[in-house]
Amino acid sequence: MRRSLAILLLATLAVLTAASARAETLIAAMSSHQIQINSNYTGDQLTVFGLVERDGRSAARGDPYDIIVTVRGPRRMLLVREKERLGPIWINRTQRRFPDNSIFLAVASNRPLNEIMSEETARRERIGLENAQRLPDPGLDFGRTTARFKDGMIRLLEEKGLYSQEARGVTFLSNTLFSAPIPVPATAPTGSYEIDIVLYAGGVPLARQSTNFEVVKSGIEQRLASGAYEHSLLYGLATVALALFFGWLSSVVFRKD
Amino acid sequence: MQIYLPIAELPISILMVLGLSGAVGFISGLFGVGGGFLLTPLLIFLDIPPAVAVATVAAQVAGSSTTGVLTYWRRRALDFKLGGVLVAGGILGTVLGVLFFNLMRRLGQLELVITLSYVTLFTIIGGLMLYDALRAMWRVRAGRPARLRRRAGTHPWWMGLPLRMRFYRSQLYASVIPIALLAIVIGFIGAVLGVGGGFILVPALIYFFRIPTAVVVGTSLFQILVTMTGATILHALTNQSVDLILAVFLLLGGVIGAQFGGRAARNLNVESFRLLLALLILSVGLRFAIELFIAPTEPFSVIVTEGIR
Repeated sequence: MRRSLAILLLATLAVLTAASARAETLIAAMSSHQIQINSNYTGDQLTVFGLVERDGRSAARGDPYDIIVTVRGPRRMLLVREKERLGPIWINRTQRRFPDNSIFLAVASNRPLNEIMSEETARRERIGLENAQRLPDPGLDFGRTTARFKDGMIRLLEEKGLYSQEARGVTFLSNTLFSAPIPVPATAPTGSYEIDIVLYAGGVPLARQSTNFEVVKSGIEQRLASGAYEHSLLYGLATVALALFFGWLSSVVFRKD
Repeated sequence: MQIYLPIAELPISILMVLGLSGAVGFISGLFGVGGGFLLTPLLIFLDIPPAVAVATVAAQVAGSSTTGVLTYWRRRALDFKLGGVLVAGGILGTVLGVLFFNLMRRLGQLELVITLSYVTLFTIIGGLMLYDALRAMWRVRAGRPARLRRRAGTHPWWMGLPLRMRFYRSQLYASVIPIALLAIVIGFIGAVLGVGGGFILVPALIYFFRIPTAVVVGTSLFQILVTMTGATILHALTNQSVDLILAVFLLLGGVIGAQFGGRAARNLNVESFRLLLALLILSVGLRFAIELFIAPTEPFSVIVTEGIR
């Protein structure tokens, strides 16, 4: 149902943008723009649908189309630490801060990134897990140590399922129609997510399109979370009352002596 | 079956939480300790953010100690006067501990302080208790009394300091100064490590003041109940890190576990009680020591220090 609705939406968009002056245009739609977290939420999956619109007047290209979808989640300040040996013990000695860093990042493409473009282009175009983040301030020292910390951070977040790179994450349904599933793990933070879709041919970006979705708490999850923030004292007192009640109840229920 | 935790922001298996809190509740009821020093690291191991783990465990400990307090109160094994002194000292210690906690966090050495304190505190206290419990067992085997009886008129020097008070329930007539100092130290350690401190209070009251074990356990639970109630409200007010849904499941497992623990405690003789508590504390200390001394497989760690909501 959702899927057919999205395709219908795509078709409408296609008609509307057909008159565009550029040779290729990219049209994209999402299966949903919102993920709701309820009490049995264990993660969800969204699908991005896209269509490459070609201007009939321009000459056909020799190179096939490539699509790269980058999803950037809410940004937080991340602190990365490294354990080092100090005498007989191992302690965190050096640390690097990564301010304003997305804690969710998913890169999907129709084939491996290194087949689509050179490393240099990927850096410039901010494609791939290593390059997708906003660049640090030019004033900051971005030396080899920082790069090591960044690699460590990416590795750890990949293990947690928050960072992912799928070399076959985009599927072409026809020559111009494609889809890309975006798995959102349960640990992905609430907030807004930006999706950037770029069309490449022969390593050259032809068109781009962006869309977004959000992850929100709903129902009791939402009420509890906002209650904890807006009525902190009441929330704390309610928790304590509940705790004391449980303690009392159990002593009554189990009282045999 | 999984349930999503609204404050910790991740789903968790209900059965696993019930099992964990039930087991920790059993230990808590058995030894009269809050159990926070076991439950908090376990929850952090399950990927629950440390701030949420510490704050929610405080609520759970408050609940499970309520059951214990009621049980010991009915058995007249609770000294409210001694408990009052402990609470007053504990509050002062907690304030000092929170100040120290924030200072260490600013210096970026908080984690090291916590790990080092766990290792030194737990191995020293656990080791001393183990030594003492084993020595008492050897005595019994050799046909001598388990411990040297306290003779009338003889007492350690610290009990004879000024400001002496009579604690009838505890069969104690001693100066308030060392008791208050002990409470301050425990409040301080509790605030820094995010634990109730029962595991230090119980042996300290038994060894330094020779108070009967049953009264020590009941009174320690009372002190834990008061401080953890305060801690829960403070955590909810200052950093909104109490997860109500997690608290419900921890409480459910915890109070039931504590009931069975309390029953088991009555069938346990004093010497094996002390031996088991010593082994438990020592093993937690060793677990943290391993983390400190063994080369880590993953040297890096990532923390989200600033949330944007």
